This record gives sequence, structure tokens and C-alpha cells, in this order.
Amino acid sequence: MCVAIPGRIVELNGTKATVDFSGNTVEAEAGLVKVKIGDRVLVHAGCIIQTMSDDEADEMEELFREIEDIQI
Amino acid sequence: MKVTMAHGSGGASTTELIENIFAKHFKNEYLDQLEDSAVVPGHERLAVTTDSFVVTPYFFPGGDIGRLSVCGTVNDLLMSGAVPKYITCGCILEEGMDLDDLDKIIESMANTAKEAGVVVVTGDTKVVEKRGDFGGIMINTSGVGFMPKGVSLSPSGCKDGDVIIVSGNLGDHHAAILSGRMNIKNSIVSDNAPLVEMSRGLIDEGIKVHAMRDVTRGGLGTVLHEFSGASDCEIHIYQDKLPVSNEVRDFCKMLGLDPVYMGNEGKMISVVAGEDADRALSIIRKSKYGENAAIIGEVKKDDNSGVVLHTAIGGTRLIGPLYGEGLPRIC
Amino acid sequence: MNKLELIKEKLKDYDGEELRFMEVCGTHTAAISENGIHGMISPKIHLISGPGCPVCVTVTAVIDRLTELSLTENTTVLTFGDLIRVRGSKMSLADARAMGGRVEMLYSPMDAVKMAAKNPDRNYVFAAIGFETTTPVYAMVLKEIIAQDVHNLKLLTSLKTMPEVIRWVCKNTDNIDGFLAPGHVSVITGSDLFKQLSEETGLPFVVAGFDGPGLLAAVYALCGMRDKPGLKNVYKSAVSENGNESAREAVEEFFEPCDASWRGMGMIPGSGMRLKEKYGEYDAGSYGLDEDHMPPGCSCARVLTGEISPEECPLFGKKCTPEDAHGACMVSTEGSCYNYYISGRKKR
Repeated sequence: MCVAIPGRIVELNGTKATVDFSGNTVEAEAGLVKVKIGDRVLVHAGCIIQTMSDDEADEMEELFREIEDIQI
Repeated sequence: MKVTMAHGSGGASTTELIENIFAKHFKNEYLDQLEDSAVVPGHERLAVTTDSFVVTPYFFPGGDIGRLSVCGTVNDLLMSGAVPKYITCGCILEEGMDLDDLDKIIESMANTAKEAGVVVVTGDTKVVEKRGDFGGIMINTSGVGFMPKGVSLSPSGCKDGDVIIVSGNLGDHHAAILSGRMNIKNSIVSDNAPLVEMSRGLIDEGIKVHAMRDVTRGGLGTVLHEFSGASDCEIHIYQDKLPVSNEVRDFCKMLGLDPVYMGNEGKMISVVAGEDADRALSIIRKSKYGENAAIIGEVKKDDNSGVVLHTAIGGTRLIGPLYGEGLPRIC
Repeated sequence: MNKLELIKEKLKDYDGEELRFMEVCGTHTAAISENGIHGMISPKIHLISGPGCPVCVTVTAVIDRLTELSLTENTTVLTFGDLIRVRGSKMSLADARAMGGRVEMLYSPMDAVKMAAKNPDRNYVFAAIGFETTTPVYAMVLKEIIAQDVHNLKLLTSLKTMPEVIRWVCKNTDNIDGFLAPGHVSVITGSDLFKQLSEETGLPFVVAGFDGPGLLAAVYALCGMRDKPGLKNVYKSAVSENGNESAREAVEEFFEPCDASWRGMGMIPGSGMRLKEKYGEYDAGSYGLDEDHMPPGCSCARVLTGEISPEECPLFGKKCTPEDAHGACMVSTEGSCYNYYISGRKKR
């Protein structure tokens, strides 16, 4: 239902940020999250809704750590 | 200067418009006669096609409606195995359209026709009253091609063991047009191009081509779905082999779109005999507009028909035709 | 063998009791189809698509109001893409557009403010649909409308929230063994909301992201946690326990909870949001749009609770197809019927 993907902030002007997604840039609303230039952020419908960790590889590690005690 | 209703009157203004723009750019021995019909040399078997073009805006990143209107018709002829020879140009103009823009569009048509090796032999122009959302210009082109002896291509020709080759990155045209509308900035440009060199290359080099189709609106999924149904075979394609640029991939993700259903204007699918796979790929890759070509799957003839996409993570899903317009899906 | 391969193998080989998990997020439904997850897990594990696509659950009265507005002189309806295809009682926005109605697509609702400011003589209505993830975006739009003193842009709201509809599902069926909690709703609400729902319903919840490994990990976790309350978050890169507090504050400033009507399911108390009365001047007539004209036989409610699978609905593939969609589940590319139809997902 809620399509959102991570991008990187390349410009910041008050609560308006320019976010880059592999070469696609949009002006995104940055009033809901504290951000700075270079941050990796999650954008939904032109609005930054969260900051994300910098490293995608870490995300995968963390994901498996969360379920390592589970057996089926 | 703007297009006025007088330009469509059939009188002096019409003649002036035709001479100053159309005849100037298209200039050739058939059109220059300015007769009611063009009389041209023929061939034993002909391929004939027609297509109409509407696109807003009429200049878009990487192309324009003029180039598009030649590529679409030329590619349709090529996909039947024909050698494109003649095309026609019917324009419906909106009152108030900029004449300089029209000049650029017709010049682009002429250049593209030259590149594709076709001659614009006849044309027609009408003007409609300004209505605001017409988009300035609509173009219809019909095309005639000569069919070489023994060539016969149809979607029903796919055979067990054939490989599927796509001639380059998917989705560029669709993304280029949609970017402007959705206010997303990028460097994606339309792929609108005539596919003469690669498609003629395959046939002239004696590759066993069993089916060929340009991938336009509806995307790869719609074409393969039709092939599979017409040939009564199962087509297997592999997600990690589909050529898509990173920029278009992320563009699709932002809008909830699937590259498999994105429209193109300069890409083709060829289904060729397995033993010719490498040679066919190399012919396409060496040709103009084919540098990103890839073998994306194969044909299996058994009890099933359908298109199976093998996903990157190791799952499978069935690919149907595109339903509706392929609209963004955001919330 | 790496961890992902191990999870894949275990999910494929699972041979315990039959398990039924619901994803209550349309983007999960779409991602499960896109990745082909159904074919990668044991036939004893069933994934059921719940009522989590806002386009799909928008009732006909809302669509009727939007089509009417689009055909009103000097008025343009603005929307994200696929709402255009959804039928009201008589027509869709696509049909209205064919009759001369003005409908335009936007990626960012913030662009609507710019558009309205640039064309002060034209009226604009944004079709404000969505769940917890999208409502804060509309709150920011309202802030901007007020800051720029724009008077020709209003919202037609049909906003939904997750907790009450999850409770509704649990009340209407007892054959769900756990929930895949919506990843991007959780970004705003925090995973704590689902911890609370887990304790209440006695079922496990796993907050999941949208890529293949994340989805597989979530299904794996649900299998291990089956039948017992508990919460796991396998989307920690984006979802915290607390969520995005500023987003929730922005929502509270402009919106208040209300009863909401769901396509094919009826009225669910406290399951929606509407503009507060003091911001009524920005509303394009959203109150009371509850009517829902469905063709006889429409079984959306039973599909959405997992009671039947899409092809068991008498309309599936006959009266109701992606080309001419009626029910909530067929209208969007995220709907469960749509996904069954195009991807050949079969009940096993």
C-alpha cells in the first residue's frame, strides 16, 4: 500500500530537500524528520518519513540476527 | 507564427504551409510531384501497416513525435521481416500550434526517415480548432515494405529450445515521458529509434528467426504473453538477466511500476533457434541501438502455455499481459 | 550454506501443521507476487492478502464524489495513479476523463500546492486516500496550504488506519495464525502498536520490509512464533519501536479518528481519519461518503478475511477482471484478486 524507497539527500533548504534515487531527483518535504545532506532517507509520496542506516549490507545482517533464535 | 484555420482551408495558406515545411524537408522524386497519389515502383509481396501518434509533450527527452511516428511504422514493417520502403505522413494540427515547432518536428521526421532508409512519398494536413488539450499535433503514418522471398515471421513461430533476445534496456521511453509528468528529474531519454540494422542483420545473416516484435506500449510482458499463446508454448525468462538501467529501475520503484510492463519505442524481442543464440546476440550487439542486448530466456514446448518469470531470489511468477494503463501505484 | 539459503530450505521443507498468515499491506501483497514467494514455501504455509490497499478499500461513494468533481466546471481532481481505474457506482475517474473531466496524476501531493498557487483561478481537489504512512504527507500539504494562503486546493479524504481493521479481521475469522505487519505504516506508528495488537489478539506479528530476503525472513519468523503472541521486527533499518513522533503530531493537528466505510466490507468504527472541523474549509465534501454499491455476489469481505481464496468468488474472472474491476480486491495492482489473476496464484 505504501510505496517508499531509500534515497540520498543531495541538497537541503530549510524543510525542502532534494533527494536522489540512482539519478532520479525529487524535491521532498523534510519537515517530519531531522536530516542533513548525505543522509540516506526513506521517501513516500514526496515526503521524507525516516532516516535509514548507511549500509545496506548491515541491514541484511541485522535482519538475520533478529531471527537467529527462531526454529521451525 | 502559429497554425491558423486558414492553413487547413485547402487554399493558398495550405499550399504555403506544405511548400515551406513539408515539401522542404521531405524532398524526394515522388513527393515533389505533389499529385493526388504518389506512384511508386512495387514488388511481388508487400507488407503494409499504419499507426497513429499522440504524445504530450511533443518534444520529449531524447526525441519528438516526428521521430516517433517514423520509428513506430518502420519498426512494424521490419518485425514482419519486410524491407521498409515508403511511408506516408498525415498530420492533424491544432490551431495555435507554433509553426517553428512544426518545422522542427517535420525536419526530425525527414531525418529519421533518411536514417531508416524510407521515403515519405505522400502526405496530408488538416487543422482543428483550438481545444486546449489536443496537444498541438497528431500524426498518422502508413508504411509499405518489400517482403523478401521465403521470409515469413509470426508470433506463432516460437519453437522448443529457442532463445529470447531483447535488444536493449527496458522502459526508457515510458520513464522519460512519465518523468516530466510526475515532476521527477533525471537523465533518462527516450529510446525511440528505427531498428533497421539489427533486424535486417539477423535475417540477412541467415539467423533462424522464428518470431520478432518491437516492444512498445504494454511492454515485454504483453509481447511475450502473446507469443506464448500464439505458439502454444511456455516461455521462461530470468529477472536477473533483464536489461534495465539503474536509473529506470529506481524510477519504477518510486512509482510502484514494473519494468516488464514499461513501454519502449526502440526495442525488439527476437526469438531465434537455440543453435544461433550467440551469433544472433552478437549481431544485435554490434548494430546501432543494440549494445545492451541480452538473452533473457528460452522457449519450452510442453503441455503448458504462459510466461514464467524466474525471480532473482529463486521464486517464479506468471506474467500476464498489461491490464489498464500501467498507472503509478504510490499510496 | 548462508543464512538466506538455510531459511529458504526450511520454508520449502516445512511439514508441520497447516499455517495461515495474513499480510495486511498491499505493497507486501505486490512484493510477495513480484518475488514469487508463494512458490518458494511449503504448500502447508498459506499467505493471505488482507485489507491493506487504500485504493482497493475506497468505497463507491468516494469515487462518485471524485468523478462528479472532475466533471465540475473549472475543477481538476489530482490523484496518485491507480485510483483512476477504480469504479464508482456508475463510472471511474478514467471514464469521467473520457467525458471531459479533468484528472491529473502527481507523485508528490506537495506539488499540488505549487500547482494551485500557480493557477489561482482554477479549483483543485486532491484525492487524499491512504493509511498511516500517507496521512502525515497530507498534514504537510495542509501546513503548506495555510502558510502560502492558498484557497483553491482542497482535500477529499478517505483515510484509513490499521488497528481497527486488524481487530475486525480477527473478530470475523479464527483461521489466521499470525500477521505480517505493514512495514511503512510501522515507520510512522512504531512497532509498539503491533506489540499491543499481538497481546490483544494472542497472535504473532512480524514487521517486515519489502525485499525478497526480508519477506522470507518474516514468514520464517511467523512459522517459528505461530499461535503465540509476540513481536519481531525484521525491518529495523526503517522501523523503530516508537515510530515517527513528529509525523503523528502533524496528523493530530489536522485530523481526528472517525468511523470509516470499507469497500466490500462495510462500516468499521474508529477505522478512519477525517479533517477536524476547524479545518473544514479545506475539505471537499468528504463527510458521510459511506455508500458502497457492489454487484450481487461480490465476496470481498470473505476474500479479505481469508475465508475464501479469490477464485472462489462467483465474480472472479467473470464479471470481475482487471479490465473491468468491481470489488476492492481486483481494482488495484495490489489487490489480492488482481494478483491472483495475473500471477496465477492458486489455493493449495
